[in-house]
Amino acid sequence: MLPPVVSPADAAVVLSGLSVRYGDTLALDGITAQLPCGTLTAIIGPNGAGKSTLLKALLGLEPFSGTALAFGRPVAEVMDRIAYVPQRAAVDWGFPVRVIDVVLMGAYRQTGLWGRITPVLRAHAMTCLARVGMEGFATRQIGALSGGQQQRVFLARALAQKAELYVLDEPFAGVDVASEAALIAVLKSLRDEGATIVVVHHDLSSVTRYFDRVLMLNRRMVAEGPVGTVFTPQIIGQTYGGSMVMLAAPE
Amino acid sequence: MMLGLMRDALLLQAGYNSALVSIGAALLGAAAGGAGAFLTLRRRALMSDAMAHATLPGIGLAFLVSVALGGDGRFLPGLMMGAALTALGGLWAVQWLSRHLPEDAATGAVLSSFYGFGIVLLTVIQGIAVGRPAGLETVLLGSTAGMLRADAVVIGGGGALILAALWLLRRPLAMVAFDPVHARLSGLNPQRLDTLLLVLVLGVVLVGLNVTGLILIVALIVTPAVTARLWVQTVQGMAVLAACIGAACGYVGAAISTALPDVPTGPVIVLLATSVFALSLIRRPRYG
Repeated sequence: MLPPVVSPADAAVVLSGLSVRYGDTLALDGITAQLPCGTLTAIIGPNGAGKSTLLKALLGLEPFSGTALAFGRPVAEVMDRIAYVPQRAAVDWGFPVRVIDVVLMGAYRQTGLWGRITPVLRAHAMTCLARVGMEGFATRQIGALSGGQQQRVFLARALAQKAELYVLDEPFAGVDVASEAALIAVLKSLRDEGATIVVVHHDLSSVTRYFDRVLMLNRRMVAEGPVGTVFTPQIIGQTYGGSMVMLAAPE
Repeated sequence: MMLGLMRDALLLQAGYNSALVSIGAALLGAAAGGAGAFLTLRRRALMSDAMAHATLPGIGLAFLVSVALGGDGRFLPGLMMGAALTALGGLWAVQWLSRHLPEDAATGAVLSSFYGFGIVLLTVIQGIAVGRPAGLETVLLGSTAGMLRADAVVIGGGGALILAALWLLRRPLAMVAFDPVHARLSGLNPQRLDTLLLVLVLGVVLVGLNVTGLILIVALIVTPAVTARLWVQTVQGMAVLAACIGAACGYVGAAISTALPDVPTGPVIVLLATSVFALSLIRRPRYG
């Protein structure tokens, strides 16, 4: 493996001066942040703050200026170490595909020539399903599941990639309470195993319970750091323009 | 007498030539069904129609070139090459126009203008009475009756090649159709795979020119796929079932053509495929 181009090597993600422009509007303006390895980070901010855009730029799905490094390398060089869970709305739920097939798609890089699936891969996919509590649904049609179950299957697909950096876009939106608990438990256990997790998150009331760090965004970066020091009423007010202070104040 | 001939054709007893034609049509149908499964899942079904119609000017031009070079104009590989060239031109035109128009509007515009140009060319060819244009219009609606052995071999071989390519690419194609973003992050190149699929569909269109004709090939690509979708729950199952339905329709259609040489083969095959679809809809109404 090549040595890291940029230190610190213990940062899973390093963004510097990252900007995204749609025509005349600046969707993201000079984001500079570091996400340490083995942390669970929430990206929060009002609608239109550029949260999903930031994830897409990081993944190379959106053109940007500035730099985005993962594990000290340009992101494109380490895509095999990064897993992405998209917003539920981005998926065609009428597609003829079973749960196990979706999870196996996550293991595509490990499949043989032309994507041949070995018994080992199939067993691994079942383990990933079991980890999100969905092993009993392997042969179900993906469209027949509830929103929460679908989200768990997509997390299982990400697990099948055996990634070190997990990027999730609003995984708890439209998800039942049991699924939300199952999802966050898996994310925390991944973090405890050393993985780095970044989550676009909407529900301010659960930030302190779920996350280690928080990145507060409103087209510019407002603040970034440990939840305990950054997630304060004052900074939340700056991020949301004051309207959410009472709702969001942590205990 | 007619029914007896049809029975003989179905049982491959109507002579070596018609047996070859039936098998060739079955392989073409299988390739069309298989390619159609991936194309409909990618929501690109209309693209095959645009490509098919865009072959017509190429056929006319190739005929004229062949006559100018001293031939009778019916040189099949030449006609297919011409057809491929303008079909690719049509494909490029759709892609270019899609930057300015919605893709369905671009597809419609290209389909009708290329086809119109092709009809004008064919009319001119028939008016100037050079070469041997009689029967050139079979490329519109297809005719397997009296087809040459060499043609049948090209059709069957082409169908088999396309089937093999689809089988090798089945997982990448399924991934791109289901979630192109995830496919891209998994190291696949969705754009390249889309192009590859369209090239395979173009292969189906070219090989099918003499069987279903260019107007109706889209039905042999789309109908078996949507029929299969009613019965199965996986991409692979859908592609395999669509290929089987396409093969059956091609095979039976060619046999009927042997018995009724005056009826164009394309409409027969399409009516067969539509009947299977209608029956499936009644027996297993699952809309998804």
